[in-house]
Amino acid sequence: MNRLSWFNTVSLTLGFAFLYIPMIILIVFSFNESKLVTVWAGFSTKWYGELLQNEAFLDAAWVTIRVAVFSSTLATILGTAAAYVLVRSGRFFGRTLFSGMIYAPLVMPEVITGLSLLLLFIGIGLDRGILTIVLAHTTFSMCFVSVVVSSRLITFDRSLEEAALDLGCSPAQAFRLVTLPIIAPAVISGWLLAFTLSLDDLVIASFTSGPSATTLPIKIFSAVRLGVSPEINALSTIMIAVVTVGVITASLVTKRAMVRQRQDEMAAARTE
Amino acid sequence: MRRAVLIAIPYVWLLALFLVPFFIVLKISLSDTALAIPPYTPTLDFSAGWAGIKDFFSQLDFENYVWLTEDDLYWKAYLSSVKIALISTFLTLLVGYPIAYGMARAPQEWRPTLMMLVILPFWTSFLIRVYAWMGILSNEGYLNQILLWTGLISTPLTILNTSTAVYIGIVYTYLPFMILPIYSALERLDGSLIEAAEDLGCSRLQAFWLVTIPLSKPGIIAGCFLVMIPVIGEFVIPSLLGGSGTLMIGKVLWEEFFSNRDWPVASAVAIVLLLILVIPIVLFQRNQQKQAEADG
Repeated sequence: MNRLSWFNTVSLTLGFAFLYIPMIILIVFSFNESKLVTVWAGFSTKWYGELLQNEAFLDAAWVTIRVAVFSSTLATILGTAAAYVLVRSGRFFGRTLFSGMIYAPLVMPEVITGLSLLLLFIGIGLDRGILTIVLAHTTFSMCFVSVVVSSRLITFDRSLEEAALDLGCSPAQAFRLVTLPIIAPAVISGWLLAFTLSLDDLVIASFTSGPSATTLPIKIFSAVRLGVSPEINALSTIMIAVVTVGVITASLVTKRAMVRQRQDEMAAARTE
Repeated sequence: MRRAVLIAIPYVWLLALFLVPFFIVLKISLSDTALAIPPYTPTLDFSAGWAGIKDFFSQLDFENYVWLTEDDLYWKAYLSSVKIALISTFLTLLVGYPIAYGMARAPQEWRPTLMMLVILPFWTSFLIRVYAWMGILSNEGYLNQILLWTGLISTPLTILNTSTAVYIGIVYTYLPFMILPIYSALERLDGSLIEAAEDLGCSRLQAFWLVTIPLSKPGIIAGCFLVMIPVIGEFVIPSLLGGSGTLMIGKVLWEEFFSNRDWPVASAVAIVLLLILVIPIVLFQRNQQKQAEADG
């Protein structure tokens, strides 16, 4: 079982080639000298330079980052609370409705979420701008955070919390000193997920943004509709690089945290 | 007391920003289009008291829904969205299953890396991944350049702005959603079961068909739902890779809202789409619950 059969080798190679070749081509041609993206004319970084001069893109990038930071932080707080309620609170009035509202946005088409939120904002007379995008992004990404965090809470040994309560902690202290450190990796990956969901989102942001706030995906979409351009390739390359570095760092950090946790548990078991 | 506050905060947030908006969409879908700001009538007027509310309800009608059945653009778009979603889910399964199978059979120490390689594209911007295919599939694109150079074709193939491009785009962007649940089902599969089947006289293929496939069924079902449900309402892929021949309801809704500025019809389109999606969403949740109970 330790060696791959030829069939598995072929399917893995083809599969990963399919997943990665389009992005590799995109990155390679961002360093193309020519304005024509499909013809190679020599190495150049001039499109990156031009990107840095493009005020509209820079403004949009700044809006996008602010929206992502605010909405992912809010979503993490609300999503963690929602997960805690779902896993720990037992029965309460309207629990079925609550869990339905947590799971439905995960598969809801973005056009529907976007349209319904826009009609709400107009109905209550809220001006569309950064605030409305933050509210919209928080709403759908808190559900993703809550799914990630609750899967960690389910496997969590509840007696640890009870021990803290027996030893005189208040429920809030028990949460801060025992529960939070243990679910921290899940909370962090929930935050990262919410952050990238917000960075990526085109459809919901298009519905809920006003003329005063344009996000990067909206800008990219309107540029891309006209066809392929080397500047967009350069921008995409930067975004792919940021995500790759972020995801690899996050996975290394959580892996180290897990190893340390296991060592602590083993040390605790030895002292017993 | 503290527990009540903890429950109330996320609950009220979701009620206000998820559930209430749906009722607003429903209400506007029953209103009439008007040249006003906002562009529909009637608007609810609470200042007139009970008479105002009664007046409001008496003005609502199903006109927009009748309109959806009369203009064949809409039901054609619904049908073709469902068709595209079914076909592309099947294609994603065909492409994704061998990859998940290969991952589950790979040596233990490779698996985290392979897993990371599947997840990484999922974190990368959806828009960028769709955009990457525009350069590959266009008439002067890389695929046509390679095919022309090798002499397989003599005139460039038209792929971009056709349904083929839409299928490629969907399979490409939704592949991780199919691979991950199937992989997690296959990874838990006990290898001795397959050996037992082979000892009892099954050929490799028979053992795969009779043991591996049925045992990975929960993963297959979860993956298919995760691909199919969002694809039905997909907007980005048909608008960037598809042409005028590819009708999808997400794109119709977008244009109804942003180009025609017909909010009541856009709302009616959204409500009908939601009704279509309720069935697979409920089936999906039931499947997930059954799975969770079986695991617990």
